[in-house]
Amino acid sequence: MKKLTVLAAGAALAIFASGTAMAQQTLAQVKQRGQVICGVSQSLPGFANPDAQGNWAGFDVDMCKSVAAAIFGDTKRVKYVPTTARERFTALQSGEVDFLARNTTWTMSRDTQLGFDFVGINFYDGQGFMVRKDLNVKNAKQLAGAAVCTQTGTTTELNVADFFRSNKMDYKVVAFEKNDEVLAAYDSGRCDVFTTDRSGLAADRTKLKDPNAHIILPDVISKEPLGPLVRHGDNNWGDIIRWAFFAMVNAEELGITAANVDQMLNSPNPEIKRLLGKEGDFGKMLGLENNWAYNVIKMVGNYAESYERNVGTKTPIGLERGVNALWTAGGLQYAPPVR
Amino acid sequence: MSTATASFQPKPSLPPPAATVGVVGWLRANLFSSWANAALTLLALYVLWKVIPPAIDWLITNAIWTGESTSDCKNPDETRKGGACWIYVQAWIPGYIYGLYPYDLRWRIDLAGVLSVLIMAPLFFKKMPYRATYGMIAIILVPIVAALLFNGWYDFAPSDPRASSHPWRTVETSKWGGMSLTLLIAWVGIGASLPIGIVLALGRRSKMPIVSALCVGFIELWRGVPLITVLFMSSVMLPLFLPEGVNFDKLMRALIGVTLFSAAYLAEVVRGGLQAIPRGQFEAASALGLNYPKSMALIVLPQALKIVIPGIVNSFIGLFKDTTLVAVIGMFDFLGAIQLGNADPKWLGYAVEGYVFAAILYFICCFSMSRYSLALERKLQTGHKR
Repeated sequence: MKKLTVLAAGAALAIFASGTAMAQQTLAQVKQRGQVICGVSQSLPGFANPDAQGNWAGFDVDMCKSVAAAIFGDTKRVKYVPTTARERFTALQSGEVDFLARNTTWTMSRDTQLGFDFVGINFYDGQGFMVRKDLNVKNAKQLAGAAVCTQTGTTTELNVADFFRSNKMDYKVVAFEKNDEVLAAYDSGRCDVFTTDRSGLAADRTKLKDPNAHIILPDVISKEPLGPLVRHGDNNWGDIIRWAFFAMVNAEELGITAANVDQMLNSPNPEIKRLLGKEGDFGKMLGLENNWAYNVIKMVGNYAESYERNVGTKTPIGLERGVNALWTAGGLQYAPPVR
Repeated sequence: MSTATASFQPKPSLPPPAATVGVVGWLRANLFSSWANAALTLLALYVLWKVIPPAIDWLITNAIWTGESTSDCKNPDETRKGGACWIYVQAWIPGYIYGLYPYDLRWRIDLAGVLSVLIMAPLFFKKMPYRATYGMIAIILVPIVAALLFNGWYDFAPSDPRASSHPWRTVETSKWGGMSLTLLIAWVGIGASLPIGIVLALGRRSKMPIVSALCVGFIELWRGVPLITVLFMSSVMLPLFLPEGVNFDKLMRALIGVTLFSAAYLAEVVRGGLQAIPRGQFEAASALGLNYPKSMALIVLPQALKIVIPGIVNSFIGLFKDTTLVAVIGMFDFLGAIQLGNADPKWLGYAVEGYVFAAILYFICCFSMSRYSLALERKLQTGHKR
């Protein structure tokens, strides 16, 4: 009798266990399933975080939404799978998620050995420094002899070591296990410099007792190109993610926004016509409808809109565009043309 | 006549020395009985003085209780500098309870909570007929009802517009979360692990070599690995062994892991109780002509389980707190929901308030469990203390 408890509870829950068959054609499956399964961070302010009502928002989440918009014309057709840093690659390899938009650095080993394809770089990150204003430090080269607060066992710690050694400067490491501990130590004056990825620095600064007494130095000492990634073996699927992202970047470059995309449909500019599906069959080349990019821009917005909404200077995260500006504005964001 | 029989009248006894009665006496006996104790008392008072007033200031007096956003916490009036920002916790309480559950369907979780209370309520009437049988059914019924309500039963294709509007549409387990998920996992874990644990304990003491070997093997295997490893294996390794694309619900994996893990510990607790029952009880049961199941169910187990109530409740409290480990497999239990709130860009920088709130709530839950177990022990006390 009591043994039945287990079985009954088990049976009730086993009904929900979903079985997804995986084959070569991810797009066909996604269409058949009716939603895209997107692996995101568990919670990273500005990149992927749910609010108290349970709605996901963020820069990476917009990546998931743009893919759903391109395929279905509906940003709600996404299933978000929050993954831990360790779990994320298994989730992608095993087919639990269709792709990852999860603050993942594009490295050679991940691109080759782990069997993934990074489809683009939606955020150029890199390690930076924060110091107190009253130190009168203008750039990282003036930090000789400083005590640096950092997290143990991360690439951050190694990057700091590389940076100071290559510049022949002395420094002292004050390392902690958790980022919040590192920040608390910096705030209480146990070290002169706080270092982590720049996407985190600005958000961390808002947590300090007096955020205005600290500045983020302009130097970037490491390359952390973050982008969405897919499994090896289905290039068409990778193309869809890649072009959903490029559509947003191209839209910014062509001045198309969520607000004016309907007027832009009548634009005589051939580039805009091709992007919005008025000319050519570019959607069909991806296996999608011809208004795929129109949907992305209409429902998610262009790259700048997504950036400013989630991590831009008007948000608590407060990140300048910096290297993430368009190539025409001196940044690195550059999308190949739709042709 | 009367004066002749004057008898000895003792003087009334003196009151005890002032220093040994009343408050002073108690203080002398308990806090200042020697120089060393006096010094320790003063030191303890000093530490309390240093810790408690600032804690109360932070928690209550200087705390910000009303407001809309972080700006209310960042720029309070001068008198309230440095207090906790409880507005953040208030704003996130729905998130803490329901996790990522769809906003328009949260009444289903409320309904599950109300139904669970209603199902359990008759058990508080001591004179109810068939109380034990009803209790067992109720313990099984509650998680099933809750899981059905959490899950819903119309599984629409995502292309169907009803998939985002129908009141009884299904909600996949990855969206369950918060306190409701913690309670569900704890309930299933507690309800399922005790019977499995009892079976394992009896099996381990069995004279049949294969049964006993299997039980010993099972118990030692699960006791020998940390729960975090079990959960991690179930979430990271299991998908790699399964054929590509076959997906086994994550919550189910976590529930099975938590239940079997806890069952192994309970088995040893119950075995301790079985060993404490004198041999005479087993022999008496046989002498009455009872077969093995009956002698166990009617004679041995009631006594054995009564002895090990503290151990069982200890395991349950541990299990309740261990549910937080499901965070490592990407599920947001109560603590996970707190961490989600801490990452909300609208409320950055108030993580301490979130964690303090979590600590208070966990303490309330665990403390009530331990009080309940004490009450249960007292109720079942039948007088023959060893």
